[in-house]
This record gives sequence, structure tokens and C-alpha cells, in this order.
Amino acid sequence: MIYITSEVLNPQDVQHVTDVVRKNGNGAVVTFLGTIRDFSEGRNVLHLEYESYQPMAENMLHQIAEEVRSRWGIQDIAIAHRVGKLGIGDISLVVAIASPHRKDAFEASQYAMDRIKTIVPIWKKEVFEGGETWVGSPVDGTTTQAP
Amino acid sequence: MKVSVLFFALFRERAGTSSAEIELPDRATPMELMTRLRNEYSLLPVLDSVLIAVNSEYVDSDAPLHDGDEVAIIPPVSGG
Repeated sequence: MIYITSEVLNPQDVQHVTDVVRKNGNGAVVTFLGTIRDFSEGRNVLHLEYESYQPMAENMLHQIAEEVRSRWGIQDIAIAHRVGKLGIGDISLVVAIASPHRKDAFEASQYAMDRIKTIVPIWKKEVFEGGETWVGSPVDGTTTQAP
Repeated sequence: MKVSVLFFALFRERAGTSSAEIELPDRATPMELMTRLRNEYSLLPVLDSVLIAVNSEYVDSDAPLHDGDEVAIIPPVSGG
């Protein structure tokens, strides 16, 4: 189960993404949630706007799942990413990975997050008190670091 | 040949559009396309930090384009 949605990711969705990876052979399930913070780089954040190149973003999420399969032999991985306007505290991302033992599940989760933040064509604009900025883009020569 | 160019995020805002049809010489490269875009769409020199995707796959900036390609200009990503 890998998808990008503009609908709210609510607790039932988190449960569903988690349940999808639970198989009898798995002794460890790691569920990661990305959530929207209120304070970033000294700015009071009002909301975030996520945009995606959706067909390619989904392809890249599938590719990351394939990389995880290939590297750890993990078959059970599920990802849901939300786009659109997100408020403080909202869930932007759910990644659930399951494996027989916890070491692989933890390592693969960290790897998947690093890859999601590196190759997936999704962008977030931070709207804060006093302005807005596309996270990660150089602005007038100053780079805004992705949190 | 003609390619469709997709703009996202910061570039979409700066270009004032999310897409454009661009006429190019046969086998023009993404690098040549970027030079055109820089001039025609007033995009900042920060284009140095972009990646290029053709038909949803990342490509090298010197890989020749083909008629009908969908070329996405990918600014630094920030998903998650």
C-alpha cells in the first residue's frame, strides 16, 4: 500500500497503514509519522502547503520500497503521504515497515525516511508569521535548510 | 521538436505557470532547455540546484530529449 492523497491522514489511516504490514512472520512493526511543527528555524509557522509531481512521486515511493526489499529482504512496507494545505499538528506522512526482528525494521525505516526526503518530488512551502518560504530552496542567496 | 515542461513549487511561482510547451532543436539536451527557460521565464540563477526528470525518470542534463517528452524541472525537494 503506497499512496499520495490530499485527504486528511487521521488515526484510522495510521492504523490501516500499520495493519497492512502486520504478518504472522513479523515480530517487529515500526510506524513513523511525519507531523507539522509550529516552530522552525526561528519562525512561527502558521501552516504548510505541500505540492507534488504526483505520478513521479508515487513511482519514487515504490522505488524506495523496492530498495528496502532488496537491501533487507523486507516485503512489508506501506507509505501514505498527504499533500495540500496542512495545519500544525497534522500528519503529513505515515511509513510502516515490518520485519521478523526489530533491527531491520528500525534501520529500514531510517533509510526510507532519508530516501523520501532526498528523491521524492514533493515540496513544502512554510507559511509563517511575516512571510513564506519553500523549504530547501535557496532564497536570495540564503539557503533555507529543510527541517 | 516540442516538449512539455512542468514547473513546481518556487519555479511555478516565479514562472507564473505550472507548464509550458517549448520548441527545441532535435536532440536538444536538458541543459539547453534550461538556458531557454532561464531567459524566457525569468528564473533565478538558482536553477543550478535543480534536477531534471523526463517522463517521470531522473536524467542527466546532457541526455538528448525527444519530441513529446514531459520534462519536469525539480527544485530541491522537501517531502516528508
